[in-house]
Amino acid sequence: METMRDRFAPVVSRLLDEDPRVAVVLAEIGRDGFTEAQRRHPDRVVNVGIREQLLVGAGAGLALTGLRPVLHTFASFLVERPFEQVKLDLGHQDVGAVLVSAAASLDWPAGGYTHMAPGDVALLDTLDGWTVHVPGHPDEAEALLRHAVAAGDDKVYVRLSVRSNRRSHPVDGAGFRTVREGRSGVVVAVGPVLDDVLDAVAGLDVTVLYATTVRPFDAGALRRATESAGTDVVLVEPYLAGTSTAAANDALADVPHRVLALGVGRRELRRYGDVGEHVAAHGLDARSLRERIGGFVGEREKAGAMAARS
Amino acid sequence: MTLTEERGHTHGYAELPRLMGLMTGDEKHGPAATSTLDALWVLYDRVLRVTPERPADPGRDRFLLSKGHGPMAYYAVLAAKGFVPAQWLPGFGSYDSPLGHHPDRVLVPGVEIGSGSLGHGLPIAVGVALGLRAQGLHEPRVWVLVGDAELDEGSNHEAIAFAGPAGLERLHTVVIDNSSATHARPGGITARFEAAGWSTVTVDGRDHEALYAAFTTAHPGRPHAVVARVEPKSA
Repeated sequence: METMRDRFAPVVSRLLDEDPRVAVVLAEIGRDGFTEAQRRHPDRVVNVGIREQLLVGAGAGLALTGLRPVLHTFASFLVERPFEQVKLDLGHQDVGAVLVSAAASLDWPAGGYTHMAPGDVALLDTLDGWTVHVPGHPDEAEALLRHAVAAGDDKVYVRLSVRSNRRSHPVDGAGFRTVREGRSGVVVAVGPVLDDVLDAVAGLDVTVLYATTVRPFDAGALRRATESAGTDVVLVEPYLAGTSTAAANDALADVPHRVLALGVGRRELRRYGDVGEHVAAHGLDARSLRERIGGFVGEREKAGAMAARS
Repeated sequence: MTLTEERGHTHGYAELPRLMGLMTGDEKHGPAATSTLDALWVLYDRVLRVTPERPADPGRDRFLLSKGHGPMAYYAVLAAKGFVPAQWLPGFGSYDSPLGHHPDRVLVPGVEIGSGSLGHGLPIAVGVALGLRAQGLHEPRVWVLVGDAELDEGSNHEAIAFAGPAGLERLHTVVIDNSSATHARPGGITARFEAAGWSTVTVDGRDHEALYAAFTTAHPGRPHAVVARVEPKSA
């Protein structure tokens, strides 16, 4: 099946043709997809070799001259390894770039922990002004890549994954989308976890918001959803559990609320295997999600029933 | 009063100690504070094609101060050349001053990058050189100033190793060598650049004619590194 990453090089190659501001910087990873684009635009497709500090630093330099750089490698080498370059060469220099990562939290479990980056979004949360897109389908990835490149000189992170939902949803590069409405809680499903979340909440009376742009966090959509579904909130994120807990709490700061944060655990599993095994090990498969979400919203229902009896 | 009015007249080399004194409270400065002074002066006085009147000209030369520590000499030269008003200098490091102990490009006219954390300027300069080339701007030269101990940072070596084979002929590095690196070998700096295909020259970092000659040496097809040797930091 076509992956989000299969879309990346063709989409950005077209953007290179259409917009003379666009430039691509690679650090070996992903270079084959840009062979033809590099032939057409030899000065705007640059492979710096296996040098990730230079990847980000040179990207910032391109931006200082007025270009719109798109930087790509695995998430661990794009955000974690050169984090100070992301902080200083982009943020402190006050220039923008589009960072497009692959491999996400656990796309290649057989590759082990060195190629996993569950903390990428949490790390970017320590910085100001980042837009973070987490598509859940190749079509959404294409749309969000276009949004990202077109976003002026903004700092934008696009997190591509091999995990995908069965079908795509319209994305606007900004807000959450209501895919289901209920009265006993709000579940925010981020990107590729949506299918498992929808399977998990079948028969539960909950609202499901689908988030493909997680920063800025769509506080307004969450607040509106709680007006009819109550203020029990479950976050299901395909990266570090709890990454958006603070954002959800801030959105509901003036009302009593509860937040259950589900996502990838901190503990290193030290297991190989496949994606499905790792999703299950982190409790993010539909069956585990059903237990955890059902238990959380069910507590309130039980408490309510007990209060009614007394 | 506008910035332009405040800038008033420009100053000569002889006035730099007084301008630095506005920041340090003393017109006498040790070698560490002035290690970059002569290289900076020759660059801004005779080499760089950049003016305070057109600080955003796409065709200007870019000077990136990577070694952001001890920027008094840099600010003094910027003031002498009319990029910042001399009246700003006494506020150096204070809350309301744009002039910090590390420069910030957002705050200071003519400053191309914010620096302070070592090892960022050279990789950014590589990108600037690539960006100018990609836009058909083949005239502007890109200069970056680093310290000899700053070259300890591995990020520099990513940039040096890439820029030579990439043939970034508009890229120039001046290394202020005051022997401050703890672990170093004689000749190690030029050897590192040469191994990556750079043109190199080593000069007395206090000799203005030698600096000028080194800065303007032809280096077709290759980036160029000038090692400017000054008094050892520990001396």
